Amino acid sequence: MAYASLIGAKVKRKEDPRLITGNATYVSDLRLPGMQYVSIVRSPYAHARIQGIDTAAASGMPGVLAVVTGEDLLPLYGPMPMESGGEGEAVHDERDLGHTHYALSVGRVRHVGEAVAAVIAGTQAQADDAAAEVTVDWEQLPTVVDPEKAREPGAPLLFDDVPNNVERVWTHTEGDVEAAFASADHIVGQRLLNQRLCGIPMEGRAVVAANDPATGGLNLWTSTQAPHLLRTDLCGALRLPENLVRVVAPEVGGGFGVKIGIYPEDIALGAMALKYGVPLCWVEGRSEHMLATTHGRAQIADAEVAVQADGTVTALRMRILADLGAYPVAPGLSELTGRMATGSYNIPAVDLEAVTVFTNTTPVAAYRGAGRPEAAYYIERLMDLVADELGMDPVEVRRKNFIPPDAFPHTTATGELYDTGEYEKALSKALEISRYPALREEQRTRRLENSDRLLGIGVACWVEMCGFGPFESSVVRVEPGGTVTVLTGISPHGQGQETTFAQIVADQLGVEFDQVVVRHGDTRETPMGQGTMGSRGLAVGGAALVGAVSKVRDKAARIAAHMMEAAPEDIVLAGGSYQVKGAPHSALRLAEIADRAYSDDLPDDIDPGLEATSFFKPPELVYPFGTHVAVVEVERETGYVHLRDYFSVDDCGPRISPILVEGQVHGGLAQGISQALYEEVVYDEQGQLHSGSLMDYAIPRATHFPMFTTDQTVTTTPHNPLGAKGIGEAATIGSTPTIANAAIDALEPFGVRHLDIPMRPEKVWRAMGA
Amino acid sequence: MVTYPITMTVNGTDRTDAVEGRLLLVDYLRNVLGLTGTHVGCNTSQCGACTVLLNDQAVKSCTVFAVQASGGIVLTIEGMATDGKLHPLQQGFWEEHGLQCGFCTPGMILSSYDLLKHNPDPSEVEIRHALEGNLCRCTGYQNIVKAVQYAARNGVLSVPAEESAQTVGAQEENGVAG
Repeated sequence: MAYASLIGAKVKRKEDPRLITGNATYVSDLRLPGMQYVSIVRSPYAHARIQGIDTAAASGMPGVLAVVTGEDLLPLYGPMPMESGGEGEAVHDERDLGHTHYALSVGRVRHVGEAVAAVIAGTQAQADDAAAEVTVDWEQLPTVVDPEKAREPGAPLLFDDVPNNVERVWTHTEGDVEAAFASADHIVGQRLLNQRLCGIPMEGRAVVAANDPATGGLNLWTSTQAPHLLRTDLCGALRLPENLVRVVAPEVGGGFGVKIGIYPEDIALGAMALKYGVPLCWVEGRSEHMLATTHGRAQIADAEVAVQADGTVTALRMRILADLGAYPVAPGLSELTGRMATGSYNIPAVDLEAVTVFTNTTPVAAYRGAGRPEAAYYIERLMDLVADELGMDPVEVRRKNFIPPDAFPHTTATGELYDTGEYEKALSKALEISRYPALREEQRTRRLENSDRLLGIGVACWVEMCGFGPFESSVVRVEPGGTVTVLTGISPHGQGQETTFAQIVADQLGVEFDQVVVRHGDTRETPMGQGTMGSRGLAVGGAALVGAVSKVRDKAARIAAHMMEAAPEDIVLAGGSYQVKGAPHSALRLAEIADRAYSDDLPDDIDPGLEATSFFKPPELVYPFGTHVAVVEVERETGYVHLRDYFSVDDCGPRISPILVEGQVHGGLAQGISQALYEEVVYDEQGQLHSGSLMDYAIPRATHFPMFTTDQTVTTTPHNPLGAKGIGEAATIGSTPTIANAAIDALEPFGVRHLDIPMRPEKVWRAMGA
Repeated sequence: MVTYPITMTVNGTDRTDAVEGRLLLVDYLRNVLGLTGTHVGCNTSQCGACTVLLNDQAVKSCTVFAVQASGGIVLTIEGMATDGKLHPLQQGFWEEHGLQCGFCTPGMILSSYDLLKHNPDPSEVEIRHALEGNLCRCTGYQNIVKAVQYAARNGVLSVPAEESAQTVGAQEENGVAG
């Protein structure tokens, strides 16, 4: 039957009808009775003291309900929760390193765009008009923007109790690194920049806050990836219990990591809605997004590897400097980089350090991959540099160093327990579909012809960690009529789990796909969850779903056994109905069982109802992997890097919905390619943001990409019942080094050994000695 | 506050209002008419999320004043489906998984509609060029291109009923058969 083969099938998304007709409700589409609009006054300076704020003129403007400063809100809330915007396991650190920062800053600001006051008015235009009339008396302070300068003696300090602006130092050593370098035939090193990026989900952030007359508490609609975590932080700041606060993530227009954590506007609007007793709406403008929503990446790595004559890498040294920006929103991300530093390779000795420093810039937190793209970029550039040093094909260097399939589970020198991997298989497939030998042949020909379109071929073999816990949750409820409602703790915002989860339920519970509704993103109805981030939706959220489905199926079988006067262990779910083993003519549909479950005709040992809750705690992380191949052409005259073809082979285990997985790969590739070629957040030395709108920050357009060729290998993980790994960040992680390697490969005739990303035309043109 | 009278036909319905001179067309559609399917993504006319058809031409409604559009005919995403039947472009985005978060989708559909009206059988390069003013952060544009190709193959020439006779006439002028 149709529903018995839905896992792995091509299905149209349940989400789409509302989205393609304009009927979806994003936060900024909400209209509550009496709703007022908020405009935020932001700091024009990167580092300054607030000597005073004059709100008199603004308060008298038309439509203005209130002008609110940080001092005004101090009695109403505690400081901003910090370390809320990362991926990975929650970090518990009680030190006061920049942890006494308020939603509306008091006394001092540390980056341009920091919120210092808010205007509430009847329309957005009135609020914006009045915000322009708020006068702040600023005393500018010395500014430090460059993370390397920030840690030098005498640099301006962001926090008086943080010497050298160093927030934390993480180190990890394993094996005899000194001996490996001492006996190496080659030492290959490079300083590698991983530039600062801006998230740019097409929907910026937005918040609607309203007091809840039913409880005396608060309702908050916000464009977030993690409503439950946000509620916890909101309750902490507002000193409210969780059962008085409802956080809703309605339709969310993309996240990419930058909507994981709580933001000042969430707390400020919550506090002001309670104070003034009116619903409030704030919608982020795009320039506000670029100033006030967390950035990503922003690392520098000094790395070197010890290499034997045959290409075997025996040790890795890496010093990572991570720019945290002005506040510790996600200070643990560079540790994730360190933990993935050896990539797909068996490198037995490592000496790793990650230093995290404050600068007078927008805080840096999770952005698609969050620490792992940096690691993949570093090790995959190093592998190409080794190949260059030894005169080997980059593919052969990788093969030489791969962790072999029979070595799994494999504990890396960085301390990770890799679950499963078939790296050679993915590499071979990528070489096959890209016709790699033919590409190298074409490259030889072009070089002989001295072509003015330089062909570059890039290869990268990525691996990442994902499926973070600590847990995820699901409720599966069979309604009396036999339809199924799923409540999940994840909070998808484009990933499509309303569809994927319905496929799983249809298959595993015996119900039509169309009869399943998946609800998410509302703390009032969904069980406590973590949200959607870190490629965990299916591997962790899906596993929780499978647990709940399994409980419901078992109960349905018990009721069916009662109805058919059979033993429960003889009931099987086959062809979408519950049958006595060997007697398919006696089949019961789920609707018939549900009808009985909510009746008074049940034996004493079966409770009424047909629903279950399940929490899944992943025993270990999962490690998807793959190989990408890119073909670029560099224009000799302009330095423009043209992407001709892209081939990706990604292994995320079994695919429930292949078309949705492929969509994740497409978008991931676009973002990773874009880091290699286009995007960069640029500050000047005073901390003024030069890339402050989409006129200045290069988001790729439809004309920048060819059609991608995507393929897969399938290696299951033992760590969840679906065998699935994550895919959301995978392609982003793989594609940045692939493109960088391709562009630098194209420049080989010019003796170019390395160029930092992004590979913008001027930089490439200069590298060719033009 | 000085206001100006405006009249407009939006998705086939005549509208009359008095608005501030600075009110943007997108804010008129979203806040005055309640048509929130048109989105704001950048405020600087870079992203195209706010694209609507004004007098048979795709415009970024964040860069048009409502008073400029007065007397005009506007088509938004809410006017694309007719009699509960999806427009072939909407169908194409659904069939080809041409959207993920959906925020850019209304603008993408309206820009694609403008393209296909003037060029019913575009090449891949022409589709990419036509969508250059519409940003998507989710799809890498792969399936958006396929969605437009789907619509081109499957009768995009059916015209939303809300569009006026004038619009249909304009199509015929461009050599597009009904």
